[in-house]
Amino acid sequence: MEDKKGRMVAALENGTVIDHIPTQKLFTVVQLLQLDKCKDSVTIGNNYSSKKLGHKGLIKVADRFFSDDEISRLAVVCPNIRLCIIRDYEVVEKKEVCLPDQLTNVVRCANPVCITNNEPMKTVFYVVDKERGIMKCRYCGKEQCIDNIKLV
Amino acid sequence: MGNRSIVSIADYSREKIQQLLDMAAEFEKAPNRRILQGKVVATLFFEPSTRTRLSFETAANRLGARVIGFTDPKVTSSSKGETLKDTIKMVSNYADVIVMRHKLEGAALYASEVTNVPIINAGDGSNLHPSQTMLDLYSIYKTQGTLENLNIYMVGDLKYGRTVHSLLMSMRKYNPTFHFIAPKELEMPEEYKMYCKLNKINYVEQTDFTEDTIADADILYMTRVQRERFTDLMEYERVKDAYILKADMLGKCRKNMKILHPLPRVNEIEYDVDESEHAYYFEQARNGLYARQALICDVLGITPEQIKTDLTIIEA
Ligand SMILES: [Zn+2]
Repeated sequence: MEDKKGRMVAALENGTVIDHIPTQKLFTVVQLLQLDKCKDSVTIGNNYSSKKLGHKGLIKVADRFFSDDEISRLAVVCPNIRLCIIRDYEVVEKKEVCLPDQLTNVVRCANPVCITNNEPMKTVFYVVDKERGIMKCRYCGKEQCIDNIKLV
Repeated sequence: MGNRSIVSIADYSREKIQQLLDMAAEFEKAPNRRILQGKVVATLFFEPSTRTRLSFETAANRLGARVIGFTDPKVTSSSKGETLKDTIKMVSNYADVIVMRHKLEGAALYASEVTNVPIINAGDGSNLHPSQTMLDLYSIYKTQGTLENLNIYMVGDLKYGRTVHSLLMSMRKYNPTFHFIAPKELEMPEEYKMYCKLNKINYVEQTDFTEDTIADADILYMTRVQRERFTDLMEYERVKDAYILKADMLGKCRKNMKILHPLPRVNEIEYDVDESEHAYYFEQARNGLYARQALICDVLGITPEQIKTDLTIIEA
């Protein structure tokens, strides 16, 4: 019984486990990391019970190690996510995700008359308040909050 | 692309502003020169603005540059035309400076990133309009002899009026005291009041516009109160006449007080005010020519010293 329960999260030889994903954000994370187009073996689980969140989502990706850039993009969606780097069945590193100072082509500007919504170009946002998750568009200068952003 | 574009002057240092003011003053003394002979200035007006375009084109022409460009009233954000990037790239092959106006916010900054040709922002959306700000600063400097410690009264539509927002930010370093006089529905937006607080700029808000409330002004900056800005037309009817400047309101004002207005006016300054020694809005518009000559030369790397020792002046 114990073995079966454990197997879901343990059987990864090399790769990354993304843990503590809020259940409603799980598929946003999948989309953000483009795991739907990923050739490696991916396990996506949702509604596991969690002491911290009540319920949580969890993703395991075999043989994939995310770049700092990808991790910072994750921070936009869910700031409290955790990554476990697995090598040879062992957790060799745990990474807490945190919001970077600048986000390039991650977030869409909420201002319809912003140039970024009308040209094929990358968006750039400056994180002006990490605590409250406030970010400012490089182009139109409008600020928006992390709670109601749209991804590019 | 690290060039000398002017997208915004809100963060310019005092030294940089002073340099531009000095250059404008030189051009006022002698506006006709050949200092830009052989240069091509492009004016790309994706959004029409006849006044601004004429002023820039006159500035370029009077310095001996040639002008190319277009005004395209058909260009909209949704039209399936060429991208802004492609247009800028194409024109960059022809021009030494690109003056552009666009209805989308951030368009000028983006344009400056895709070309090595310097861009001058002639207004992008409700966002920025540095050449208007520069001419406002020059007008204030010229009439008051300084930009320091002035009482600047802004009247009318302070919510949508981008010229007052730009002016507010660019005066930051000169210890101004602002008075915001506006109807409730068009009051100064919270973000600019926050900006004042953060930068320790004094401001007073009031709704009364009378002979007494403007008595201490050094600059009275008037703006249009437009009907279409109101969601509540009853409110518009109630306030529309409350923000009109009349000659008999000038009895108690300071001797040095000047009235500015970005023009065109509708009815917010009565015609009898034009005769007053305080009226300055027509001269202000002419200052736009010198301010724009300064901006064009600045992006081309021409220094104030070069302008002072310029031998290409055409004597009248
Ligand atoms: Zn924007």
